[in-house]
Amino acid sequence: MTVTEPTSRALDEIKIGGMGASRKRVEDNRFIRGRGHYVDDVVLPGMLHMEILRSPLAHARIKSIDASAAWDIPGVRLVLTGEMMATRNLAWMPTLSYDTQAVLATDKVRFQGQEVACVIADDPYIAKDACEAIVVDYEPLPVIVNPTQALAPDAPIIRDDKQNQPDNVCFNWEVGDRDRTDQAFADADVVSKIQLHYPRSHPSPLETCGSVADFDRATGKLTVYMTTQAPHIVRAAVALIAELPEHLIRIVSPDLGGGFGNKVPVYPGYVMSILASILTERPVKWIEDRTGNLISTGFGRDVYLEGEMALRKDGRILGIRMHTDSDHGAFFGDAQPSKFKIGLLHSAFACYDIPTAHLTARGVYTNKAPGGVAYRCSFRVTEAMFFQERMVQAAADDLGMDQAEFRRINFVRDDDFPHRTPFGFLTDSGQYEKCLQVGLDAIDYPGFLKEKEEAAKNGRLLGIGISCMTEPLGAGNSREYDILGIKMFDSAELRVHMTGKAILRTGAKTQGQGHETTWAQIVAHELGLPADDIVVEEGDTDTAPFGMGTYASRSTPVAGAAIAMAARKVKAKARKLAAHLLEVSEEDVEWELGRFYVRSAPDRGVTIQECAMAAYSNMPDGLEPGLEANAYYDPPNLTWPFGCYIATVEIDPVTGVWDVLRFVAVDDCGVRINPMIVEGQIMGGLTEAYAMASMQFITFDEEGNCIGSNFMDYLLPTAWETPGWELHEVVTPCPHHPIGAKGVGECATVGGPAAFVNAVMDALKGHGVRNVDMPLLPDRVYEAITERHDVSGAPPIRTDR
Amino acid sequence: MTSLFEEIPQAAAEGVPVRRVTISVNGQPRTADVEPRLLLAHLLRQGFKLTGTHTGCDTTNCGACTVLVDDLPVKSCTMLAVQADGHEVTTVEGLAGPSSLHPLQEGFKDEHGLQCGFCTPGMMLAAKALLAENPDPTEDEVRFGLSGNLCRCTGYQNIVKAVLAAAATMRGEA
Repeated sequence: MTVTEPTSRALDEIKIGGMGASRKRVEDNRFIRGRGHYVDDVVLPGMLHMEILRSPLAHARIKSIDASAAWDIPGVRLVLTGEMMATRNLAWMPTLSYDTQAVLATDKVRFQGQEVACVIADDPYIAKDACEAIVVDYEPLPVIVNPTQALAPDAPIIRDDKQNQPDNVCFNWEVGDRDRTDQAFADADVVSKIQLHYPRSHPSPLETCGSVADFDRATGKLTVYMTTQAPHIVRAAVALIAELPEHLIRIVSPDLGGGFGNKVPVYPGYVMSILASILTERPVKWIEDRTGNLISTGFGRDVYLEGEMALRKDGRILGIRMHTDSDHGAFFGDAQPSKFKIGLLHSAFACYDIPTAHLTARGVYTNKAPGGVAYRCSFRVTEAMFFQERMVQAAADDLGMDQAEFRRINFVRDDDFPHRTPFGFLTDSGQYEKCLQVGLDAIDYPGFLKEKEEAAKNGRLLGIGISCMTEPLGAGNSREYDILGIKMFDSAELRVHMTGKAILRTGAKTQGQGHETTWAQIVAHELGLPADDIVVEEGDTDTAPFGMGTYASRSTPVAGAAIAMAARKVKAKARKLAAHLLEVSEEDVEWELGRFYVRSAPDRGVTIQECAMAAYSNMPDGLEPGLEANAYYDPPNLTWPFGCYIATVEIDPVTGVWDVLRFVAVDDCGVRINPMIVEGQIMGGLTEAYAMASMQFITFDEEGNCIGSNFMDYLLPTAWETPGWELHEVVTPCPHHPIGAKGVGECATVGGPAAFVNAVMDALKGHGVRNVDMPLLPDRVYEAITERHDVSGAPPIRTDR
Repeated sequence: MTSLFEEIPQAAAEGVPVRRVTISVNGQPRTADVEPRLLLAHLLRQGFKLTGTHTGCDTTNCGACTVLVDDLPVKSCTMLAVQADGHEVTTVEGLAGPSSLHPLQEGFKDEHGLQCGFCTPGMMLAAKALLAENPDPTEDEVRFGLSGNLCRCTGYQNIVKAVLAAAATMRGEA
């Protein structure tokens, strides 16, 4: 093969907004003008408004519902109750994890905030008035708010609606090699143990959920504008479950005001708005209020983790044992795409070279909101990595080893890929030690240790925490990952117009990640079309190719790959057109960015735009006109980005308040398409990590009242509390992704929390404290300092009784 | 009457009081008959079709609905429309000039100060009020000044950069 030097006519990739360009975001042009188009901005002629009446009790039998006073209010068009839904067989619906969930309660309510009735009226104020006029007679039942209560022998059965449900266990699951792990513990010099609670948190995108359903009796077409991260899954669910014809269902996901996993599940509100539109033959809008969002929609975490590590004296990890009890609320509503009941919890310890491990997991029903694993984590990976890095720090402490050195000894080495993790995943690339070193250098590790020692002499409490992890992002491959049997691939469709401008559509759905900007850069990289000449559309099932949506950091790993593959198909056809225009055979045509040329005469060439024009005006005999292609991409594996996060903190021993002194993040997410956007994703993720470590949690009192039902009680960090972030990068391209990229959106949220907690625990070393569970509220830290004991479990909520 | 036709709304239900308000919105006087309980945010969005003002929390915490009332930042989800009667309201739609963006709009775009865009209008208006009071703030002053506005996407760092960049532009330094 002859290697041809590129001619000087290749385009400058950064200038055309290709790979590696920190291109300014095109979507911002509308957002900064207040011209975004979110679901609450959708207004249709004759539109009615829906409000939901929610249960004030966490567990109660419904004795009667009297809606007559609601019907009497002028402007009320429809009142729906569970009883009426049941006559249409719609009182219950399947969840995305093979359980069922009540749309409107019929027999009893199972969590505070559960949907009991809904009103459709001329305006939302009337609908809300009418909800208040509905009288529900409840008979209170004993309430269960944690796994211990749920598993007690005399516990009331929450899911008495289900056949074969004798208790409150929703699953038992295990993975790993039990015998080999037992042997590893028998051989261990030291066994280190830890017990943790990862508290319930809520994603709380600033926009709540909502929908505008519009059923047209004349055409039979149902159009639903809704806040969904996965519009095609919704269309499939409506087609398969409600048995409406798929070609007459159009799901449109407009601009989303954040998602973070909160907008993956199908909520009762969506279903009711659809039914209400069918019944009233008018468009029906439902916009959830914040309290409804916080107390009823997909939460994250709420897992009790315990485990132990078998260690050799020299610091090598021999084996891991883990057990989890996860609190799923009243319905097993996880939207998670694996065949594994506990999601990808067993991705824990993937970055360490550990011979064997065993994990048991148990899920329970409680009288709390369902919704499962949402929240900027791919399916229990957040809990996995938190446990991993807390366990690693505890083990290093038990061995009396330096925490960085302990990690270094046990890391999978750069030349040891592909690597089979102790739970069976296959990781494929990384430079873990390098990332750690970049982080340690950035924070000046030896310098800080000295500073800490000096400060201790003056009674100051300084600490440093490290958290390293590689996580599985980008579901699937289709062998192992599906939702309700639909395989986890994704798609792209690229159409190049005659003037060389193009439209690109994918099966993903942006919620702020900047797909409209980034996707065009992939096409620019592949075809040499300036990114500004490519418009990106997503979210409308009538136009977008079938895809599984955006969550689990899967857009770039899967849809991004599909875009590259579609662009390559377009390029293959353009090459034929170029050969025709240049009057040479295809084999004699070479490519440089933006241009085909004749190998033996590099000055003779045609641009990609000239090829596009020829596709419509001068195609060779036998070649189909037009220049477009689609691609469905089934990735061969997950992508495995790596993150190393290092926090330094100072605790005020008088108040228990801790401040972040510095925070260094080193992310290796493979090739970065738009570095500005990648860094934005990382900073956002770190802030949510800090939020969970410091203040953000949803808890319940003993009656099942949600403490955290509004932003006065559920604390989110503001600009004032949020630390500054120092970002660094290492690039190890993904070996199987067409452009070498890995997922990144969730890394910082997954890896970040342990860095903060490890730092606070490091500062408390010598205080007789092994663990304080998140959130590290000042009173909990103060209790640990003054009473010299662990502070564990969900923060207790004292009632007046 | 200013349009070809105007549908006369059905008389309000008996006992529902109605008040007439006139509010200067982005420099234009707007008049509407409203129920006294109508929130300013809803009048702006549904009544005046200015949908750049978003509601995110209903409890004055998130600041997505921030507008300026007589140049002071106000969370329009907890102000009644009738309370704005006779006052001047500025929304995100009133930020840009006829042919140019406001420096804050430029700053937010240039510094990647937004992702989903939902908090952005309120954030920019809170920042506008902050810069009117303090044209040359420190990073800490910006962080404190914006602490009534929540953002779930960006981690604030780039928002702070955007506001500092806009401040420099507005002082004529950039």
